[in-house]
Amino acid sequence: MNILETVGINNYIMLSALLFCIGAFGLLYRRNAIIMFMSIEIMLNAVNLLLVAFSSYHEDPSGQVFVFFTMAVAAAEVAVGLAILVSVFRNIGNIDIDNLKNLKG
Amino acid sequence: MSTLIAIVGIGIFCLLAEIMNLRKIIIPVTIVSLMALFGLTLTGNLPEIKGYESMIVMDSYGKIFSCLFILLTALLVLQSAPSYVKGTKVSDFISIKVFMLSGAVAMVTFTNMAMFFLGIEVLSIGLYVLAGSDRLNIKSNEAGMKYFLMGSFASGILLFGIAMLYGATGAFDVATLQEASISASTEYWFYIGVILITIGMLFKVAATPMHFWAPDVYEGSPTQVTAMMSTLAKVTAMASFFKLITILNSQMLYSYTEVIIVVTIATMLFGNIMALRQKKIKRVLAYSGVSHTGFMLLTLLNINEAQNNLLFYATSYAIAGLAAFSVVLFVIKNEDNDQIDNFNGLAKKSPLMAFIMTIALLSMAGIPILAGFFAKFFLLSQIITSGFIGLAIVAIINSMIAVFYYFKVIVAMYTKEAEYEKEYANHSEYYIVGIVAAILLLVIGLFPDALMNLL
Repeated sequence: MNILETVGINNYIMLSALLFCIGAFGLLYRRNAIIMFMSIEIMLNAVNLLLVAFSSYHEDPSGQVFVFFTMAVAAAEVAVGLAILVSVFRNIGNIDIDNLKNLKG
Repeated sequence: MSTLIAIVGIGIFCLLAEIMNLRKIIIPVTIVSLMALFGLTLTGNLPEIKGYESMIVMDSYGKIFSCLFILLTALLVLQSAPSYVKGTKVSDFISIKVFMLSGAVAMVTFTNMAMFFLGIEVLSIGLYVLAGSDRLNIKSNEAGMKYFLMGSFASGILLFGIAMLYGATGAFDVATLQEASISASTEYWFYIGVILITIGMLFKVAATPMHFWAPDVYEGSPTQVTAMMSTLAKVTAMASFFKLITILNSQMLYSYTEVIIVVTIATMLFGNIMALRQKKIKRVLAYSGVSHTGFMLLTLLNINEAQNNLLFYATSYAIAGLAAFSVVLFVIKNEDNDQIDNFNGLAKKSPLMAFIMTIALLSMAGIPILAGFFAKFFLLSQIITSGFIGLAIVAIINSMIAVFYYFKVIVAMYTKEAEYEKEYANHSEYYIVGIVAAILLLVIGLFPDALMNLL
């Protein structure tokens, strides 16, 4: 029996929207850069969950293929982010985002 | 498709040249091959490669905008040549720029949302790296970090929108999405997707509620990267946004139009008013870029007829930006100090550079016979014909406000005296790019029809 019929597509949408919001609020409220990166990952993975659910709902594989693209992109993004973070850490000695306040106008 | 493959080929060549110790020829070869590609793409002489599920199709819109991006990248690569001091790996910077160009081309020629998403990510990830590329400078680190956080937040929203579109239609294909956008039985997820994609793209083009990253990132990044962001990245994001709206929302609902109008007015006003009180030239150019985004967003109100207006505005803005940034690079030798005072007395020291800067700023302000005037003229006359008279008045008031801060720089160059002997970065590349851009601005201003009839 198809699991999607038992649970319902709406619940999947709700779950991924909720995960997405957790990620978004984590990004807005937390000040530790590593936690912010994790929040970005949660946002992207919420989308992956949604894509997979829709892919199963439409019985169409292209959504699952798209997930691979998203995962590759997310990995590249975080690799770049961590590289920037390392250079920030080398310059100021910690990774608190609140210390980055040099640019103002 | 062949354009895209050729661009990626150039990027790979840059990486290989570094290994084979051909560091000296990277920049010349890249520029020459990009110019050759520009010519071949514009005349349509490239062999068309079929296949790849036709995810990339070079229609006339994609072709002309790709040509614009290739031209801009060639000039930007030339402009950035003096910035690579001894010891930096030139190939890294140049290949990132060329790969970013491939992302930009994918963003205007896509026929599948996967290609669009990959294009925008290739462009943005390249820019995150470049923004933080001056790694010993804390300002550059901060700019890279801010841009990264904001950009990936926007990408997340964009991606959620794409997932919603997929949920409503079961396809990433542009033709299916276009059909769904005009059919009455589309599920409401589709519209949620359209709204989320709009929000994500407004982030990327730096329109007002989401523009706050732009001035900081522009200020902190190395100047040659700021030039890239404010010309190539902005124009690309705008062209791509326009294409997305033609696909997803060609019969725009009145409520959506209202949102666009409010965003446009806010973007123009906020960009201009904030630019008035800036003391640093990069921040002035950043806020002026925000206000120009507002003008370019006006094209979304006539989604079916405004392609050539968008092309004209984007071209004149990007080329004026190139000219202005060559002068900024020339004047601001020391990265830490980019106050407008640096321009004092430039007209006496280097009349040519002062003249180029004047042409660039006058074009951005929309003074007649330069390209910027016709860009605003065509745009506003179309807006008035389609009945948005109030909006046109707001736009005209805004271009009057903009004259104030552009003239602040011009006045500093021509009437004020330098307080101390200042050294300029005297490189021939800045002269070449500045002169080419200034001549292009004049030529487009004299023969506006040639550019208008391309699309």
